[in-house]
Amino acid sequence: MGIYVDIKKRLGKFNLDVCFESKDGVLGLLGASGCGKSMILKCIAGIEKPDAGKIILDDKILFDSAKKINLPPQKRKLGYLFQSYALFPNMDVRQNILCGFSGAQNQQEKEKALDEVLELMQLQGKDKHRPHALSGGQQQRVALARILVGNPNLIMLDEPFSALDSHLRERLQIQMQALLKQFGKTVLLVTHNMDEAYRLCKQIVLIEDGTVGVFKNTKDLFFNPESRQAAILTGCKNIVAARKISAHELEIPSWGIRFQVDKPLKDGLCAVAIRAHYFNTEANWNRFPIVFTGELEEPYGYIYTFRYENQQAESEDIWWKFPKSRRAMEKPKELGISNRNIFPLYE
Amino acid sequence: MDLFPLWNSLRIATLSAVIVFFIGIFAAYYVSKLRPFVKGVIDVILTLPLVLPPTVIGYFLLVTVGARRPLGMFLEQFGVRFVMTWQGGVLAAAVIAFPLMYRTARSGFESFDETLAYAGQTLGLSNRFIFWRIRMPACKQGIIAGLVLAFARALGEFGATSMLIGYTPGRTATIATTVFHLWQVNDEQGAFVWVMINLAISAVVLLAVNMIERKNGYLRRYQKEIREI
Repeated sequence: MGIYVDIKKRLGKFNLDVCFESKDGVLGLLGASGCGKSMILKCIAGIEKPDAGKIILDDKILFDSAKKINLPPQKRKLGYLFQSYALFPNMDVRQNILCGFSGAQNQQEKEKALDEVLELMQLQGKDKHRPHALSGGQQQRVALARILVGNPNLIMLDEPFSALDSHLRERLQIQMQALLKQFGKTVLLVTHNMDEAYRLCKQIVLIEDGTVGVFKNTKDLFFNPESRQAAILTGCKNIVAARKISAHELEIPSWGIRFQVDKPLKDGLCAVAIRAHYFNTEANWNRFPIVFTGELEEPYGYIYTFRYENQQAESEDIWWKFPKSRRAMEKPKELGISNRNIFPLYE
Repeated sequence: MDLFPLWNSLRIATLSAVIVFFIGIFAAYYVSKLRPFVKGVIDVILTLPLVLPPTVIGYFLLVTVGARRPLGMFLEQFGVRFVMTWQGGVLAAAVIAFPLMYRTARSGFESFDETLAYAGQTLGLSNRFIFWRIRMPACKQGIIAGLVLAFARALGEFGATSMLIGYTPGRTATIATTVFHLWQVNDEQGAFVWVMINLAISAVVLLAVNMIERKNGYLRRYQKEIREI
């Protein structure tokens, strides 16, 4: 069970070349916009044809350039939730959902399933509404209902929350998580938002310029990024060149300091990443004198920028982020950081 | 008074509008999917009848389906004749009115959100269902506008029609050719009657268009209000 994707496609100057595999559960495709994420989904759905490769879903070959197999989208049994939801504007909610049924069921079964899914999606009483008379969240639920009644073998979600207001987003993410758990089969989620990816995905594929950068379990990706790209996409604010001194010591030349680290370093260390909220006034580890250069107030915290005493002039200020409750009367003269919170990055 | 020209004009305009409706839609659909360069070339060819003088179209029609031309003789074997018949009037009006249907329908298809078709495909809907039940309704405005324009243009066709089918009272006379003929024979009063009839038909057509547009306009405003609540 699960999906195996190995495809190549050329689009002008852009080259898509990805390979990944997923068992059941939610797999996130995380990457900046324009990196080819949506194109991957279109290839899996059969809307776009890859130049070469293979797509296999639960032992069923959807595409295989060597065997000349290319199933039409209609035969792939996939659920594809488009970014814009793609509800048919000329049909009401009920007609839209009826479009999702496969032909085999009789009218009575369809009616029953329709009532069930309307209830599941909290859309009772909305069945005669046209899509544009619904809120963004309701439109999303109609699109999901339309997909679910077809009983697909895979669900693909393309930036499902990007069209929603921020106050709705988190609430809908909780609902979506429950729904996907209930669905139980493989789900692909395309997003550029790391919070969304962290909340919903078991594993994450990082896509960069049409290729697979990193493929890791979500927790591992966020707490042991290992690559510069993973560190950036998971929101590390401080990334700086470093070199290995010994198994537990590294040097950051531009900051003019050495850090002790907990886990033994491997060869090939090129940089370290430090999350802005990992610096600490109380930590005794890696404690050095600092000079503050600026501050920014946020709703629930502060961002301070600072420099180490011997920091080189051309290197950037360092970010420190902390909640409002921990603001002291006087700015600290020194900051430390735990030896576990320095992420080594390798070539 | 002989009302034949009214009846003849209406049947020619209606039939040519129906023919142009289907051919125009399919041409628009396939051209909108072509690569830019090929599309540009074919688009020019299909739009030409709009900018050429109708007499030039009449010339082209006579040299293709004329009685002593190969295609004309071939069609004659099946009893199909376009020269000096009201069927020829349908052909001439259809060629002249075609670009109006084609162009309005094409701009409708080009503004269609292709994700709707993709969504239909992934849901397992047949391509025919997607075309008739999703694509066409979404482009309805442009298609209706094109159809009305094509009908109005066909109704007013004079140049190509008079070259291909001439003016025979009771057989090929249309309102436009009748007005011209009556003026030529100094029957100003007769011409005036047909001018008024033509004005009445055109006014009714335009009123109908406005009513359709207004209805859709109300609907849209109403839907916007619902969303704002």
